[in-house]
Amino acid sequence: MSSNQTLKTIIGLEIHVQLTKLKTKLFCATSADYREKKPNTHVCPVCLGLPGTLPTVNRKAVEYAIAVAKALNCEISDRLMFVRKHYFYPDLPKNYQISQYIGPGFAPIAKNGYVKIIVDGKPKIVRIRRINIEEDPGRIVYLGSIETSPYSLIDYNRSGVALLEIVTEPDIESPKEARIFLEKLIAILEYLGVTDPGLEGAFRVDANISFEGFGRVEIKNIGSIRDVEKALTYEIVRQRRIIAGGGKIERETRHWDSNKGVTISLRSKEFEEDYRYFPDPDLPPLRISKELIEQITKSLPELPDERIDRFMKQYSLDEYRATVLVLNKWLADLFETCAKHYDKYKKLADLLITDFLRWINEFNIDYKNLRLDPLQIVKLLRLWDEGTLSVKMVKELLPQIIRDGIDVEDYVKSSGYTRLADKEYLKSVVEEVFRESPKAVQDALENPKAINYLIGLVMKKTGGRADPQLVREIILSMLDKMKNTGS
Amino acid sequence: MPVHKLVEEFKIDPSKVFDYLDSLYDNIKRVENKIQSFITIIPQETLDRYVENLIKENKHRIDNLKLFGIPIAVKDNISTKGIRTTCASKMLENYVPPYNATVVEKIMREGGIIIGKTNMDEFAMGSTTETSAFYPTKNPWDTTRVPGGSSGGSATALASGEAPLALGSDTGGSIRNPASFCGVYGLKPTYGLVSRYGLIAYASSMDQIGPMARNVVDLAILLSVIAGHDPRDSTSVPFVQSVDYVQELYKLYHKEPKLRIGIIKEFFEGSEEPVKKAATKAVDLLCSYHECQEISLPFSKQIIAAYYIIAMAEASSNLARFDGVRYGMKIDFTNRSWDEAFTEVRTKGFGYEVRKRIAIGAYILSAGYRDMYYIRALKLRRVLKERFDQIFKDHDIVVSPTMPILPPRLGEFFKDPLRIYLADVNTVAANLVGIPAISIPVDFYNGLPVGLQAMAKQFSEPLLLYVAKQLEDRTGFRDILAQP
Repeated sequence: MSSNQTLKTIIGLEIHVQLTKLKTKLFCATSADYREKKPNTHVCPVCLGLPGTLPTVNRKAVEYAIAVAKALNCEISDRLMFVRKHYFYPDLPKNYQISQYIGPGFAPIAKNGYVKIIVDGKPKIVRIRRINIEEDPGRIVYLGSIETSPYSLIDYNRSGVALLEIVTEPDIESPKEARIFLEKLIAILEYLGVTDPGLEGAFRVDANISFEGFGRVEIKNIGSIRDVEKALTYEIVRQRRIIAGGGKIERETRHWDSNKGVTISLRSKEFEEDYRYFPDPDLPPLRISKELIEQITKSLPELPDERIDRFMKQYSLDEYRATVLVLNKWLADLFETCAKHYDKYKKLADLLITDFLRWINEFNIDYKNLRLDPLQIVKLLRLWDEGTLSVKMVKELLPQIIRDGIDVEDYVKSSGYTRLADKEYLKSVVEEVFRESPKAVQDALENPKAINYLIGLVMKKTGGRADPQLVREIILSMLDKMKNTGS
Repeated sequence: MPVHKLVEEFKIDPSKVFDYLDSLYDNIKRVENKIQSFITIIPQETLDRYVENLIKENKHRIDNLKLFGIPIAVKDNISTKGIRTTCASKMLENYVPPYNATVVEKIMREGGIIIGKTNMDEFAMGSTTETSAFYPTKNPWDTTRVPGGSSGGSATALASGEAPLALGSDTGGSIRNPASFCGVYGLKPTYGLVSRYGLIAYASSMDQIGPMARNVVDLAILLSVIAGHDPRDSTSVPFVQSVDYVQELYKLYHKEPKLRIGIIKEFFEGSEEPVKKAATKAVDLLCSYHECQEISLPFSKQIIAAYYIIAMAEASSNLARFDGVRYGMKIDFTNRSWDEAFTEVRTKGFGYEVRKRIAIGAYILSAGYRDMYYIRALKLRRVLKERFDQIFKDHDIVVSPTMPILPPRLGEFFKDPLRIYLADVNTVAANLVGIPAISIPVDFYNGLPVGLQAMAKQFSEPLLLYVAKQLEDRTGFRDILAQP
C-alpha cells in the first residue's frame, strides 16, 4: 500500500488550560496557588466535596473565560450553565466534575470561534468548536510509576482549580500545524494575562488523530507543545505502519510516555463512556449580560495578531520576523524596549530571533529569570555599526552579555577587545599571507572571487579581529600592484 | 410552655435555662427508649457547660437573641461541626463534619442550643423513618405506628416533649408528612428562602430545610432565624435578607384579611375516609370566614412519577461522592481496583432503599433513557408550575389533607412499596413547583393526628402562618404533647 503516504491526516485538539492568574479556585474561596505546597493544605469543605457543601461561581473566572472566548473569535453564550459529568475516580471528590456541555438544553460559555495561523508562509484557519469552564480534579501521587507503586496517595490541593477546555474542530493536518496552532494559542492566553502556561500542569493537551477512513485514536494528557508534536509524529508513523500492513486502526485512548517517546494503549473506546450529564441543580443558570461582554471586550489588551500587524507597520518588519517576536511575548517586549534607542529594526530583530534566542535556549534560561539590561543589546549593535566590533566579536560577546551580564563598552575598552584597524599592521599580516600562500595569490589574480579565501587566511591569523573591509582593501591594492608590475 | 414565652423567662433569669434542661433531659430519659427520636443526644453536662459559656459571652446582648437558651433538635442530615452527622446511614455512621450548616450557624448566633440529631429515613429517602440504618422511630401517639418521614425523629421529639423546636428537611413532604402523623406544625419554605449549605443533599432542586414546632408562633420564630440569603448557596434568593415572620404573622392576624381559598378536589377524594372527614371539618372552619372554591389538580399520578424521576436522578448524582476515600465508612482498599473498592463500600454502606434509588436514578440519566424519563419529567414540572401560577391568580392559598392516610403500622408499608410512593401525592407538588407549604394539625381520629396542608405562592409564608394561626385558635391545637 504505497498510497498511504498520501492519506489525509486529521487532527483535533482538546486543550486544558488552568486559569493560573486567579487567586481562588473555581467554586470556593480557597487559594488556587497550590504548587509546591504541602499536600492537602489548600483545601476546604467545598473543594473536598464534603457532604452538604455547595459551589459558588468565581466571577473572575467567568470574566477570564469571556476574554479568552473573545480573543478566539467565539460566540459567547448569553447564559452561564454548568452540568455534572459523572465518573468514579478517587481524585474527583464528588465523583462528578462540574463542567459544561454542548447540546440541547445545554450551552458551553463559548463556541464557533477560530484562530489564524501561518503554515509555511500560508495563512490557515483552525476553528474552535467550543470552550468549557470546568474544575480540575485532585492529583494521585504514586511512588515511582503507577504499575509498581505499593499505594496511591491523593492530593486535593489542585481539586477545584479553574480550567478552560478549548476544543478545536479537526482542522489540523500535521504535527507541525498542531505545534504552530498551540504556539499561537498559548501566546494569545499569555497576552490576555489569564494563565502562565509555563507552570507545571497548567497546560495539558488531548490530541485526536486519525487517517481519513480509519479509526480515531486519542492521546491523553500531553504536557507540552513539543511533546504534542512528537506524540503526533509517533502516532502517524505507527498508524501508517499498521495501515501499510493491511491492519485496522482501533478506536482507543493512548498515553504519551515522554521519557520513552512512545504512545501506549490505555483502553479501547468501543463504547462511548456515559457521563450521565445533567444540569447542576446547585448552580442555576446565570445571565451573561451584553454589557459585561462589551466591557470585557473593551478592556482586552493588544493581542498577538494586532501586535504582529503593528510590528510590520511601525518597524517595517516582514511577517515572519514580526510573528517570531510577537509569539514570544517577552522577546517582543525586549525588542520594543531596544527599539526605543536603536532604529535599525531589522538588524535588531535578526539578532534577537537568531543568536539571542539560541543562547537563551542553550543556557536553558527561563526568560523570567533573565536579568538583562536591554541597553547592552543596543550598545552591542552600535559598536558593530561603528566598526569597532566585527560580526564574529558580536557573536562572541552576546552570550557573555546574556549569561554574565558584562557591560559591553567597559569590556571592550579594558580587554582591548576591539577590531584591528591598524593599516600598517594589517599590511604586514597580508604580506605574510601572500608569502606563505603563493598559490592562493595566483588564484586571486585570475579570479576575483578567490579573494575571499585570502581574507579568510588573514582573519585566521588575527583571531578574527581584523576589520574584513580594511583587509579586503589592502589585498585588492596589493593584487593591483602585482598586476601592474606583472604586465 | 411555648418557645416565645420560654425565651422571655430565660432572658429575665438565665439560670432558668438549666432548670429547663433538667426537666427536658428527665423527659428524654422517660420517653426516648420508647420512641427513639434521636441518633445522637448531646450529654446534659456538655450542654450545661455550653450554656454557661453562652451566658458569659453574651452578657450584654442576651435581650437581642431570638432563641436564647432554647434547645433545638436537628435532623441528622444537617451538618453540625463536631457533632456526628449520619443521615441515618452506615455510610456516615462515624462522620463528624468540620463545619456547620448555615442554618445551624444562624441558630447558634441567636442563642439556640443543638440538643441532638434526630432519626430519619436513610439519606431522607422514605416517608416512615423506617429506612434508617439504625432503628425505626415510633409514633408517640401509638408506638406500633410509624411517625412518618423522613424527618420522623424531629416530629416525634416535638410531639413527645423531647425538644421545643426542631429542624427538618423536605424534598417531597419530609417535613409535612411526619408533622401530620405526629400532630405538630411543619413548614416547607419557598425553595431558596432557607440556605441549603450544610444540608446533605438528596434532590438538590427540591430540598429545603424548614422549621417544626408545637405552635404557630414558635414556627414563625424559627423560620425568622433560618430564612435569608446565603452567599454560599447559589440557589438561595438574594433579595430576602431578614424577615421577622412573627411580626408578619401578627400583622395579618390582627388585620384578618379574607382570603380566597382553593380546595383541591382530587386530594380530598383520594384520601381515606377519616382523613377526609377531619380535613373537611377544618376546611369548613376556614370557609366560615374566607371565600372557598373547589379547584382541580388533575394528573396526580404523573406528578408522583415526575417527582420520583427527578428526585432519583439527582440523588444518584448527589450520593456519588460517598466512596469511602475521604470520610465515612472505611474498608480495606489493599489489592483492589478503585471500582472494586467503591462497589464494596457503596454496597455495604447504603441500605436497600438508597441503593434502589441510586440505581434507578443512574438509569434515568443514562444515554438513551434520559429523554424518555428525565426530560419528560422536567416538562411535566414546567406544566405543573404553570398550573399553579394559574391557580394563584384566583386563590391566595390552596388546601388539602397533608397525607391521604393515617399513620400506618410499622412494617406495613414495606409490603407495598408503590403505595408508600403514592402516599406522597399531596405533598410533592410544592417541591416540584418550589412554593411554600405548611402542615397544620387539625384533629385526631382514634387517637391518631390528622394534618391539613396549605400551599401558597412563592414567599407567601406569612399567609400560611396566618391561616395556621386562625385554625390553631379555633381547634385549640397548641402545645399538645403525646404521652407515649
